[in-house]
Amino acid sequence: MSVRVDINGLNKSFESVEALKNINLEISPNELFGFIGPDGAGKTTLFRLITSLLLPNSGTIYVDDLNCEIDFKKVRNITGYMPGRFSLYYDLTVEENLDFYASIFKTSLKENYHLIKDIYEQIEPFKKRKAGALSGGMKQKLALSCALIHKPKLLILDEPTTGVDAVSRREFWELLKKMQKTGITILVSTPYMDEASLCDRVTLMQKGEVLAVDKPENIVNDYHGDLWQVSSNNMNKLVTDMTGLDKQIKQVFRFGETVHCTTKGIEKSMVTEIIELGLKKSDHDNIRIDRAQPQIEDCFLSLMVDNN
Amino acid sequence: MMKEENNIIIVRDLVKKFGSFVANDKLNFEVGKGEIFGFLGANGAGKTTTIKILSGLSKPTSGKAMVAGFDVSRDTDKVKRNIGYMSQKFSLYDDMTVKENFRFYGGIYGLSNKDIADKTNLLLEKLDMTEKKDMLLKKIPLGWKQKLAFSVAVMHDPAVVFLDEPTGGVDPITRRQFWEMIYEKADEGITVFVTTHYMDEAEYCERISIMAEGKIEALDTPRMLKKQFGVETMDEVFVKIARV
Repeated sequence: MSVRVDINGLNKSFESVEALKNINLEISPNELFGFIGPDGAGKTTLFRLITSLLLPNSGTIYVDDLNCEIDFKKVRNITGYMPGRFSLYYDLTVEENLDFYASIFKTSLKENYHLIKDIYEQIEPFKKRKAGALSGGMKQKLALSCALIHKPKLLILDEPTTGVDAVSRREFWELLKKMQKTGITILVSTPYMDEASLCDRVTLMQKGEVLAVDKPENIVNDYHGDLWQVSSNNMNKLVTDMTGLDKQIKQVFRFGETVHCTTKGIEKSMVTEIIELGLKKSDHDNIRIDRAQPQIEDCFLSLMVDNN
Repeated sequence: MMKEENNIIIVRDLVKKFGSFVANDKLNFEVGKGEIFGFLGANGAGKTTTIKILSGLSKPTSGKAMVAGFDVSRDTDKVKRNIGYMSQKFSLYDDMTVKENFRFYGGIYGLSNKDIADKTNLLLEKLDMTEKKDMLLKKIPLGWKQKLAFSVAVMHDPAVVFLDEPTGGVDPITRRQFWEMIYEKADEGITVFVTTHYMDEAEYCERISIMAEGKIEALDTPRMLKKQFGVETMDEVFVKIARV
């Protein structure tokens, strides 16, 4: 019942802007697959191509044996799509929006109530309220209910957690994991790097290109070089003072309460010496240097640096 | 606690009600000169309401708030003159050029023509964007736009700048460059009042307040907050407080 998605040699340009450059991806049935990248990475364009809201300049997308360009009606029938911008009808009530979407797909709220029960229950007390008067979190739940009402085999969620606080984001991901268990294939995009670890596999994207595709744990394990975390009594100046300290100290970035940097093939004692000596010259004290475990964001930064 | 005269923002028993709904419930805090103050909370916790009051756009129901030495209920014009504001949603005008945006905001902030011209040149040079000064803003990538917006928000050297989710959707490198700009301005003595959903950015602030249901539930340095709640990351602190 789950579907596979095959993307081959996909290109899409808008005038002179290459929004997607030769994208190749295979997404397995029932996978929870994440598209991680900042604005302008091409995530939305890719989703709009899968849903046949746009046509590619070249390349193909298949959902199982259905070609998204030719069999678009069939693909749309088995796809639930939640765009990044809230795109339901503000002047219809919660219930009317759901009825409307159900009717488009020739089903009814009653028939498929069980599919959306978990999510819909949370907004059901407001079912007579107009969609425009809902809070952000409730709008999101309504949009998700509408995307699921026709029992799709493929669910596409465009930045469902953007602008959402850390607690609500967690709840949303718990919900996604639960939905995945029903057998559906889920494609989800996010600008939050920390959400990558919640996906089965992810692709890191930037400026229309795929930087990496793998399980999140493999991406992290493949980090090239040794990552260090450094702190001192003057954190606000630490990045500036560590940048250009020595050509062996690379990719100096603030990371939470420490500064991360990367070295290749030099021992800890050597790294410590270079950094400590250098920093003491610029009046840093209480210097701490430890090995750090790379996170997805470290990998993304490293790939970005390599790519530029 | 810092001395009163060093405090750029002073909030005392601040209450804001909308009908029977209490959006801000007796808030008390102060923010020092040049401090980077993180103002966190779940969606709907009441952060925007507070920012609107502190920037003179909304009046408190009761209580008092002073910004840059002016009372937000009485001296709203003076408050507005002494603050800068930017957010992800509202920053600069897409259908004006970079230079026109500087001209426009400089005028609004009451700078002289000469000051506007000087500042524009200086800031554009600093951002390495002098060549792009006649480009329409909509042609500028998001990351650069946000850096420009920040420069514009502080071009009149305000006492405090309010940044409402300034880095949403921005790539991780630009996000960090943005924070370097924040540090630089804080070093110059501008107070930075910032909201964010990125928990690593919470660590970049000197002190953090976390709001839930209209109340400030925690306020301290990131280090002390983590200690207080016995956890390793700000993310965990946030989840403990905000999940009520």
